Amino acid sequence: MSSTRIVLAGAQPLFRKEVLRFWKVAFQTVAAPVLTAVMYLLVFGHALTGRVSVYDGVSYVQFLIPGLVMMSVLQNAFANSSSSLIQSKVTGNLVFLLVTPLSPAAWFLAYTGAAIVRGMAVGAGVMLVTAWFAPPGLANALWILVFGFLGAAMMGTLGLIAGLWAEKFDQLAAFQNFIIMPMTFLSGVFYSVHSLPPVWHVASRLNPFFYMIDGFRHGFFGVSDVSPWLSLGVVGGCFVAVSAIALSLLRSGYKLRH
Amino acid sequence: MSAISFQQVEKTYGSGVRALGGVTFDVQPGEFFGLLGPNGAGKTSLISILAGLARATRGKVTVMGHDVVDDYAAARKSLGIVPQELVFDPFFSVRETLRIQSGYFGVRNNDAWIDELLASLGLADKADANMRQLSGGMKRRVLVAQALVHRPPVIVLDEPTAGVDVELRQTLWQFIARLNREGHTVLLTTHYLEEAEALCQRIAMLKLGKVVALQRTSELLASTANTMLRFKTDHALPASLAERARVTGRSAQVSARDPADVEAVLAQLREAGVPVEDLEIGRADLEDVFLSIMTAEHQP
Repeated sequence: MSSTRIVLAGAQPLFRKEVLRFWKVAFQTVAAPVLTAVMYLLVFGHALTGRVSVYDGVSYVQFLIPGLVMMSVLQNAFANSSSSLIQSKVTGNLVFLLVTPLSPAAWFLAYTGAAIVRGMAVGAGVMLVTAWFAPPGLANALWILVFGFLGAAMMGTLGLIAGLWAEKFDQLAAFQNFIIMPMTFLSGVFYSVHSLPPVWHVASRLNPFFYMIDGFRHGFFGVSDVSPWLSLGVVGGCFVAVSAIALSLLRSGYKLRH
Repeated sequence: MSAISFQQVEKTYGSGVRALGGVTFDVQPGEFFGLLGPNGAGKTSLISILAGLARATRGKVTVMGHDVVDDYAAARKSLGIVPQELVFDPFFSVRETLRIQSGYFGVRNNDAWIDELLASLGLADKADANMRQLSGGMKRRVLVAQALVHRPPVIVLDEPTAGVDVELRQTLWQFIARLNREGHTVLLTTHYLEEAEALCQRIAMLKLGKVVALQRTSELLASTANTMLRFKTDHALPASLAERARVTGRSAQVSARDPADVEAVLAQLREAGVPVEDLEIGRADLEDVFLSIMTAEHQP
């Protein structure tokens, strides 16, 4: 058996377990984030329609929907891998995984893969419910899938890193509240960065989350704040970087094997 | 080829604590081997290194000839570990837990063996119960089943009967003894020395990270004073006996070298006017040997 097939065969049972884990509590892990996104749409859509300028011929609610979908994808992909790891570490049941022959690459594929599935499942749920309010259109489905997948993969990997680093739930909450949440909110989910003052416009360009949202939105409207190819390069590069970090931490047994 | 081999294993944690100071011993295939020692002796560190939960600072550890670092996948496939802590994944049922664990080791379509494990460990009627619904003893049984689900040739039991009732102990030991008869190697750590005495063919004793005894159980039992006087009294023992006696509440134990020494001890009690009850004269057990070895090492 080739080494790739060995890694894939090893990752499969852990991937299935991780998907089953969130699916068993789908009301909490899928339905609740969909409801939260709908609340955002109702409140922000009502409060900001006519106050925020977006693309020509696109209503604010239409503009908001892809942003909310992508925000849900990113946050839930991060939550899946990070919460699974920290729960297993704190309760001690990670030992069942540590004593197995699974390779670091298998761990990586399984945790990231399950995070992608949850992120995409929540994103699809948000899309189905919110599109009913104002269908946002469909310019290029491939961009939607590519950015949805890459964004979920990157955030699932970031969640894996956070889960490895954190030793307590409050450390993970700090990572989520002080890094992930601000970067998500300041990424252009609720506005076009062209409507920002120059300083914040430049600051947004330094935020990789901006490129995920902008590229994803391009798939719906065919227009975006920056070229989707630039967004693809930035998001792809960030994904490669965080993947390298995650694999390196797993190989070294960082905070897993003493 | 040894089932388990520890060669000059040292472990110093980041905090500077030296847990193991050059441990060397082998466990042979098919052996029931006991690893004993007081708290902090290094037993858990040694088992953690064996299982891949910790890394040795120096030395080499192999399982069925596979290095636990360089050839970790083969080493871990050969090993089934029952951890000391009562841990479980609250999302899954007993059967799901065992199927998942089996999958990690690449063993698919394993339901026949899972059913056999469930039946042997008295868990058949709990197969579809969520792990959260099980009692402590039942959870302990699932831990044992998880360790055995991939049919490893080497089984490590890290204090498997800590805090469990007599019934579970009997079920567990009958099952483990059966596996041992079928050829599985068993490494046991326990604080219940009567269990180690009854089950283990050879025993290693660790103290402060070093092996202080490594012998066949029968040789260990014969290596110290082989007669023990046990009695109960409400009075203080005479000074000449107090220093060699082990007293727990009303119970006292005094070791004797030979029948003449037994007579001498009884004479001293009589002369000191110490009335005794429930007097028994028997051979020393593993607990006596253990205490004797641990105490001797304390002396300069």
